[in-house]
Amino acid sequence: MKIELEVDLVDVAGGNLGSVGRCLKRLNVPYRLANAKNPPSGNRPIILPGVGNFGAVMNNLKRDGFDQLLIDLIAGGTPYLGICVGMQVLFDWGDESQVAGLGILAGKVVKLEQGKIPQIGWNQIEPRKGDGMPGYVYFVNSYVAQPEIGENIFYTADYHGQFCAAVQSKNITAFQFHPEKSGEFGEKLLCNWLDTVNQC
Amino acid sequence: MLTKRVIPCLDVKDGRTVKGVNFSNLRDMGDPVALALLYESQDADELMFLDITASIEKRTTMLHLVERIADSLAIPFTVGGGVSKIEDVTALLNAGADKVAMNTSAVKRPQLINEVSEQFGAQCCVVAIDARRNQADSSWEVLINGGREATNLDAFEWANACAARGAGEILLTSWNRDGMQTGFDLKMVRAFSQALSIPVIASGGAANPESFVEVFEKAEADAALAASIFHDRLYSINDVKQAMAAAGICVRLLAEKKMGVKQ
Repeated sequence: MKIELEVDLVDVAGGNLGSVGRCLKRLNVPYRLANAKNPPSGNRPIILPGVGNFGAVMNNLKRDGFDQLLIDLIAGGTPYLGICVGMQVLFDWGDESQVAGLGILAGKVVKLEQGKIPQIGWNQIEPRKGDGMPGYVYFVNSYVAQPEIGENIFYTADYHGQFCAAVQSKNITAFQFHPEKSGEFGEKLLCNWLDTVNQC
Repeated sequence: MLTKRVIPCLDVKDGRTVKGVNFSNLRDMGDPVALALLYESQDADELMFLDITASIEKRTTMLHLVERIADSLAIPFTVGGGVSKIEDVTALLNAGADKVAMNTSAVKRPQLINEVSEQFGAQCCVVAIDARRNQADSSWEVLINGGREATNLDAFEWANACAARGAGEILLTSWNRDGMQTGFDLKMVRAFSQALSIPVIASGGAANPESFVEVFEKAEADAALAASIFHDRLYSINDVKQAMAAAGICVRLLAEKKMGVKQ
């Protein structure tokens, strides 16, 4: 499958669509907004941002029929990048809203147990596999994913204990943090993802 | 580990950065975007923009500015000042602000906090509290309207109420220390930070890098905000972060790139 350069930026009305779009603009990455009228095409890399509530993002995906579409496209090999809640909904279950996620990755999303909630600010991520680079990225989250398959863990960070900061499995990459708000390092992570996508 | 945040604050009037004493004798300090980019390059963790524009007609100027800031910056920023209703919050977030700070409007109608938090999430809901020490120095009173009006409201109770209503962060400004450059009010910051389940941003009184070291080490602040010491070019943000790192405080410091850079 030939993957286009243009990104399908999924509009889930979660709130941070704007900042991811602005970041892509700064990086000169072409993108279009994917919504009910223009669903993700499958031959464009997909970015699903999403701040806020797990259940609200799931509801919006279902409203537009994007839940099954994403499952099918990802199974078909379309490169996918999830950000924040866009990472969380990949899993089986979200405690925040007590609803099922897309179930593409095994595991659940649970509340942070210690420290101030939400976690707000810059935390250092450590790569757990591949050619990842350590660095500081910006987090805003009260919930974290617990992948059942350890090999899927891409980055970890420490917030009163280690947690999963990113996952990577085949054509899926997902960040719990906000690369679009993480300065030059965050932009580099996005560019690295786009590089791997375009080599597919 | 989560790092301690250093946040420069820019006062904005009619779309320009201004500086003055108690909002009078304002001097033009240039384009907020240019200053914001400078601070970002010095490793500022976030930025705060406080709109002190008096007239409501000029509010669209602020929205255009917020869009320009959002297009340019690659770090989060908060906008405060003149946020009185949910429509103001919606407009600022749509323009690209990551968080919105509410002050007087939240005191007058606390339900606003619930509405913002429920609609947009706690992460973008900052409540700014201007607190004045009482004479016995054992409690603090909330002031509104830029510190000009007393409320009889206990600041500690108010901060807890804000957290319960869904605020994501408290920006705690010491009215007594603001502009004094005698250091943060450690006693107050410690009391609030230890008790609250949400992050506390200390504000008011920063004099030098040591002020930041103190407020993080002794008062357990999650973040600290300052304006004058950065605008006056007394210290760069990087100077503050170097001092924090030297004191063993967990800080985001891109030292290999910025070491030795002075303004």
